[in-house]
Amino acid sequence: MALAPSAATTMTNVEAVRSTLYDALKHDPRTLILGEDVGARGNVFLITKGFLEEFGPERILDTPLAEASIVGVAIGMAMEGLRPIAEIQFADFIYPAFNQIVGEAAKTRYRSNGDYTCPLVIRTPYGGGVHGALSHSVSIEALFYHVPGLKIVAPSFPADIKGLLNAAIEDPDPVLFLEHKKTYRSVKGEVPAGHYTIPLGRAEVKRPGEELTVVSYGYNVHQALDAAARLADEGMSIEVIDLRSIRPMDRTTILASVRKTRKLLVIHEDSKFGGVGAEISAMVVEEAFFDLDAPIRRLCGPDVPAMGYAPTLESEFMISTERMADAMRELVKF
Amino acid sequence: MSTTITMPQLGETVTEGTVAQWLKRVGDSVEKYEAFVEVSTDKVNAEVPSPVSGVIRELIAKEGETVPTGAPIAIIDEVGANAPGAPGAPPAGQGLRTEAARHEAEPARGSEAGVSLAPSRLGAPDAGGAPASNGAARRLETSGDAPEILRRVSPAVRRLAREHEVDLRRVPGSGTGGRITAADVIAAASRLAASAGAQLAAARAAAEPPAARPGFAAPQPGETLPLTQARRIIAQRMVESKRTAPHAWTMVEVDATNLWKWRESEKERFSREKGRTLTLLPFFIHAVVQSLRAFPLMNARFAEDGILVHREINVGIAIALDANLVVPVIRDADNLSIAGLALAAGRLIERARTGKLSADELSGGTFTVNNTGANGSILSAPIINGGQAGIVTMEAVVKRPVVVEGDAIAIRAMMNVCLSLDHRVLDGAVASAFLLDLKKRLQAMGPAGEL
Repeated sequence: MALAPSAATTMTNVEAVRSTLYDALKHDPRTLILGEDVGARGNVFLITKGFLEEFGPERILDTPLAEASIVGVAIGMAMEGLRPIAEIQFADFIYPAFNQIVGEAAKTRYRSNGDYTCPLVIRTPYGGGVHGALSHSVSIEALFYHVPGLKIVAPSFPADIKGLLNAAIEDPDPVLFLEHKKTYRSVKGEVPAGHYTIPLGRAEVKRPGEELTVVSYGYNVHQALDAAARLADEGMSIEVIDLRSIRPMDRTTILASVRKTRKLLVIHEDSKFGGVGAEISAMVVEEAFFDLDAPIRRLCGPDVPAMGYAPTLESEFMISTERMADAMRELVKF
Repeated sequence: MSTTITMPQLGETVTEGTVAQWLKRVGDSVEKYEAFVEVSTDKVNAEVPSPVSGVIRELIAKEGETVPTGAPIAIIDEVGANAPGAPGAPPAGQGLRTEAARHEAEPARGSEAGVSLAPSRLGAPDAGGAPASNGAARRLETSGDAPEILRRVSPAVRRLAREHEVDLRRVPGSGTGGRITAADVIAAASRLAASAGAQLAAARAAAEPPAARPGFAAPQPGETLPLTQARRIIAQRMVESKRTAPHAWTMVEVDATNLWKWRESEKERFSREKGRTLTLLPFFIHAVVQSLRAFPLMNARFAEDGILVHREINVGIAIALDANLVVPVIRDADNLSIAGLALAAGRLIERARTGKLSADELSGGTFTVNNTGANGSILSAPIINGGQAGIVTMEAVVKRPVVVEGDAIAIRAMMNVCLSLDHRVLDGAVASAFLLDLKKRLQAMGPAGEL
């Protein structure tokens, strides 16, 4: 695929997913999409609307409500040379597929001694803040990031979504592609035209700063950027890193930043205990202990079984921009 | 109250020092900032000012003894009217117990009875007391009475304080509850560096000129000259270099006529505008640096696990003094123009002649230039400065008849350039290519150039 040097387009996150999928289907005959309601209904967020008509039922497959089968079938296709893009309608529904993802997909290359790889992308919307209640709000990254052999991506800007989704489709191994629902239509941004990829495993400094490093991903990145901009008015210089890839994790970017600012705040919506922030904190303490000028702080979702439906419970679970600003202010002044 | 004086660290890379001479004897009194000992390290001698006023109780290190930095060398009994523990100090009253206990945990703070270590006062930078010896700092940290805020410093603060030798008791804390932040330590370190320089200079100015020692300047037949520290180190290093690095030698002839003319044409203006003499040296260094860039192997060092090719080009310049030789270093010489090199070299030469070079100015060289021509030599076989891949000399510029283009004979200003190389690092082919490159650059220099 050639890199077409034409102007960028402004689009929402959901449009970025849709247009990237469309281009992949258009240009790579090995690609296909399978999942619940991806065909006739065009996906619950209308991401694949019209795809069935254009690409036909061999490449846009409506499946039964059976996640283990969706992923299991996709694994077989991937091992035999196709590039399946499986969709789990909501991340909350991924548990039946856990064995297929962890026990099969992630181990294929290792088990076959490199004879087989599993170039599979599993896309799924995750995260709360959209009144999705118990079964449409969950964050699942911590359940999977412990698994060697599995890559996990969670971009939060349209341009990153395009580059990382392309990289995920082209990657020879399984990639779990997480899309935060609340950013689907609330986040807009420029997306370069033409085909491009962003390497999996690279974070990006979205706002440079000197006094505190904030590492986050997903919807929280946008809030963290708002909070940092607010604190800039108070004279504080805060660096915000968008992790983008959860595994592989970009240790280099995180460590370089912490060595500069000497303070670290990790923010994620997923529950705190054993979350991604725990790994980041441990890694930083191991590698940069003598550069730390304050205890590492984690601002995370509460350790409760699910996000409540009641607005008060939901907003208590979601981390507000104010709470982020408070934590940042406290650490800068520490 | 007594203070243990430790061997100071004269330069970032220095690990030990030799007590060259005690300027005070046991029982002598000494004023704060008064020079009381002369310490010599690799090529640098410095008089060290006393951090406190008092009477010398004990000289732990003997003259001539080499001890690691931070090791105790002397004990000074402080003279202070109310110093806790000093003879004649009034016993602490009942009500003062807490304060007194605090003072116990706070050595060398002298007479500031009643001043507690409350966080708000922690940092008055001029609070009395000696720069803590390591021992004192340790005691403070582990003392149960030390304020919470001091016992809980962050890893970064602890590391920075150690690296910059900052006494945390004298650092004002700007963080929450008066906590000392990493930025506070860095700020304190730069203040300290500024004042330490001033103190050393003051101590030096106050000290009498060193007694004339039997000199290398006028050696008498039959006399055995005592080895100075510098002489000993030069001897050691020369033997070491000759023993470990197999020296190979090569030379080229350079037509320096145009270069000479250029220098002549710029000399007067330069000295008028910059106040320094413009010699051929900076032109030469400039060309050498360009050639080092083109031949990075010449800017390397041999080690057992491989040949380390340096990123930086730090050029040492050999300077002869009365009794010895020093090689101060122009760091990142590739960032300097010819004029910049002239000023940098001029500064270093001046500091070398007045004995003001710091240990850091004498370390870190990656290649050496020796202006042997200044003494009239036309050919020399220099010894490589240990750990470098080569050394190059610029010999005297001499007018000679030479055969020029068209088989004519002309009078040209000729200069020999000699190179000794470490044959472990590279071979003659690269060395010759380097020299020819240098020759080309020198011959291309002429009045049209830019300083």
